[in-house]
Amino acid sequence: MAVTQVFGARVRRREDPRLIRGTATYTDDLALPGLCYAVFVRSPHAHARIRRVDVSRARSAPGVLGVFTAQDLEGKVNAIPCGWQVPNCDLKTPPHPALAKDKVRYVGDAVAVVVAESRAQAYDAASLVEVEYEVLPAVVDMEDALRSSTLVHEDVPNNRVLLWSVKGGDFDAALREPGVRVVRQRLVNQRLIPNAMEPRAATAHYNPGSGELTLWVTSQNPHIARVILSGVLGFPEHKLRVIAPEVGGGFGSKIPVYPEEAVVAHLATRLARPVKWCESRRENYLATIHGRDHVTEAEMAVRPDGTVVGVRVRTLANFGAYLSTAAPAIPTILYGLVLSGPYRIPNIDCEVTGVFTNTTPTDAYRGAGRPEATYVLERMMDLAARELGIDPAEIRRKNLIPRDQFPYTVATGITYDSGDYARALDRALELVEYSKFRAEQAAARQQGRYLGIGLSTYVEICGAGPSKVVGSTGFAGGLWESAVVRFSPTGKVTVFTGTSPHGQGEETTFAQIVSQELGVPLDDVEVLHGDTDSILMGWGTYGSRTTPVGGTAVYLAAQKVKEKAQRIAAHQLEVSAEDLVFENGRFHVRGAPDRGMTIQEVALQAYLAWNLPEGMEPGLEGQANWDPSNFVFPFGTHACVVEVDPETGQVKILRYVAVDDCGRVINPLIVDGQVHGGIVQGVAQALWEFAKYDDAGNLLTGSMAEYAVPKAAWLPWFECDRTETPTPVNPLGVKGVGETGTIAATPCVVNAVLDALSPFGIRHVDMPLLPERVWRAIQQAKGGAA
Amino acid sequence: MTVNGVQYTRDVEPRTLLVYFLREHLGLTGTHVGCDTSSCGACTVLLDGKAVKSCTVLAVQAEGANITTVEGLAKDGELHPIQQAFWDEHGLQCGFCTPGMMLAALDLLQRNPNPTDEEIRHALEGNLCRCTGYQHIVNAVKTAARLMRAAVGAPAGGA
Repeated sequence: MAVTQVFGARVRRREDPRLIRGTATYTDDLALPGLCYAVFVRSPHAHARIRRVDVSRARSAPGVLGVFTAQDLEGKVNAIPCGWQVPNCDLKTPPHPALAKDKVRYVGDAVAVVVAESRAQAYDAASLVEVEYEVLPAVVDMEDALRSSTLVHEDVPNNRVLLWSVKGGDFDAALREPGVRVVRQRLVNQRLIPNAMEPRAATAHYNPGSGELTLWVTSQNPHIARVILSGVLGFPEHKLRVIAPEVGGGFGSKIPVYPEEAVVAHLATRLARPVKWCESRRENYLATIHGRDHVTEAEMAVRPDGTVVGVRVRTLANFGAYLSTAAPAIPTILYGLVLSGPYRIPNIDCEVTGVFTNTTPTDAYRGAGRPEATYVLERMMDLAARELGIDPAEIRRKNLIPRDQFPYTVATGITYDSGDYARALDRALELVEYSKFRAEQAAARQQGRYLGIGLSTYVEICGAGPSKVVGSTGFAGGLWESAVVRFSPTGKVTVFTGTSPHGQGEETTFAQIVSQELGVPLDDVEVLHGDTDSILMGWGTYGSRTTPVGGTAVYLAAQKVKEKAQRIAAHQLEVSAEDLVFENGRFHVRGAPDRGMTIQEVALQAYLAWNLPEGMEPGLEGQANWDPSNFVFPFGTHACVVEVDPETGQVKILRYVAVDDCGRVINPLIVDGQVHGGIVQGVAQALWEFAKYDDAGNLLTGSMAEYAVPKAAWLPWFECDRTETPTPVNPLGVKGVGETGTIAATPCVVNAVLDALSPFGIRHVDMPLLPERVWRAIQQAKGGAA
Repeated sequence: MTVNGVQYTRDVEPRTLLVYFLREHLGLTGTHVGCDTSSCGACTVLLDGKAVKSCTVLAVQAEGANITTVEGLAKDGELHPIQQAFWDEHGLQCGFCTPGMMLAALDLLQRNPNPTDEEIRHALEGNLCRCTGYQHIVNAVKTAARLMRAAVGAPAGGA
């Protein structure tokens, strides 16, 4: 393959050989001499006072090296802080102790930790820890929690975490406009469990000689973990090394810094032995964050011609029992600011009440706030279309921001970078054969078959971000990204990125960027990530930021390498730098192609340093820190066709069309994979997945046997296409694509099902659209007993 | 037992699960543990040629058995067609489910060398992937089937 075509090529992933050979090293695969195992003792109660913890039997069990409770950690492991303290919303930040001290607040809250020579011995001993609980009433439902005298945290009245609002325009004034109608609906966005296939794990090793503490951890952002853990442990940051080795998916659930990681790191120093902890799937369901969990009262103000003039939402957002690392940002800025989606809606009024409950803490789950906003908006668009008798495609087209109005500032104040929203809508309609569908639908109904079509037109805010902007929203860090591109003397290239991919494939896409820019073979580029010792700083992989922010840093670092190489080549060829042409990895004198040097030859000269320009330092590497001027805004339209069996309520997806625009595409194969995976998580929310608690706070969907992670046989074939509208925000023109599918798919499928059910007069059914719910809705509509 | 062609004799606690025997006693960490309810299939290996979830088999039950794990798929450094196909078709993202997924697929292809899409999706119902949405996995299994059929038809010494 010619080097000039690397950018944009369907290149096979360079990560894969180690993964398909089974030689990759995930955190639980680490074997260290003297390794011992930690197991946490967790609360079986959602809310209880801890009367007494008796560890004596556990301590004397075979192989046990230590049993520790909150008391033992006093002054050694501090509370886990919240990293995104959103301002102006009366945010309450009660402490999140690493081990529960006086009270447990959700089923799964850790009370003690046992360390033993083997995993089995640690589990055995953990079962011998006796905890005496005084069980307290639990608050599970958000509306109950706001009224209850039972407080999850004694110092948080009404269990209210925050009250946040954003207003753009004047919604009430829009209502007074003659002829404007208001469409109202209560929408439940149910709680989901992320289910990365690799459970969380942590392994810590302390070297008393060097004083260095190394923590291998399933993290999406090891540098953030290092900063936070150095504070939690009171451990000097430069002696703390955090490594995210192979990480088996995250979907947001490996962003937070969790208590177990701090405890394991501490125990390695305390016991002077390497300690490993790996959660069971049961623990993953209980003690790794959940996502979504909103209840929203939504109103859309719309003119008779379908022009949407305003959206008002009142949303309750469940935070669970403690504030997780990024939790306050998810249902506020990542939700409220994008409530107008891809439309020109001048009046937005959003108020969010955050609630503590005796449930697992929530935080970012793929999409994080943006799927919730898109669900509200896209459901309301369909409801408005139905009330006004307008075609769902037409009401969308009417309200889309036109392509010639970018950059476009929406009512909430953020500015969209670039887009051609109508083009993506048109392409999706063409692919799904929208114009033919209504006739097919009518014919099918004649035969007693219920077909439906659903649309979802979305825009996503991602690629965070301008550090100044996220700082003003309370994020306790920057969101720029670092990169180093380094030639070795033999002409090979190592790239160091501060992002931390864990399945997304940037070892390949970043190598494509460098190969393209420096004209070196793809196989000569190695991309390293996830180690705080070798990478100066980084903010990690989430929010679809890795390529637009991290990839741009890599690109800029490569430019610096190229510039220096050009100066060296010019010096050695005895011409001025401007007289050199760089083509296919070689500098040559303009007009004299045989007078030249390859970039590899330049690299060797840079290290030999025998003949460099006066004052130039030896070596050939470039370092860049990129802080973007804005977010990026991928967009698109998804369309799906379903059939509902009225006898069983079963929904079958017949077709699924996705037209996405993520700007310029570096690797179409990888982009397709991201879109597929994203769609499935969105479809799964629409149809199958939900986390369910009983009134006492027990998680009823507490394992993979009860929670519906989608299987291959449930899913349709996805028909993916793209439009390509580059962003002006970064020199690569790229936007993020990791979350678009999830954001678009959920309302798309729900809209299709409700379209199929329209002959019954059914207006709305809350997710997931399980056969039972759909069947009941049909029975109710028919006036039967359901 | 014989694992990937090598014979091993070890004393283990009776409760030791095959997956932990492979991972912790033999150091074969390519086989992963993804759940505790035999739901996810990340731990799938071949036991006497048939796919089993190694978290549901005691090591002592596998005494004398012939086990193939992901580490045993490639021969003399050459990728097995199933590995090649997963690579070519982008059948993996985070890679955690991949070893089990490939072995479950291999079990299918041994029984059915030319499966339909539906048969592939059905055969993989015991293996969960959270990343790919399965489409590229189905493509990979179809490609592997083609490669394996070609290899069977090829003269001796072929892949």
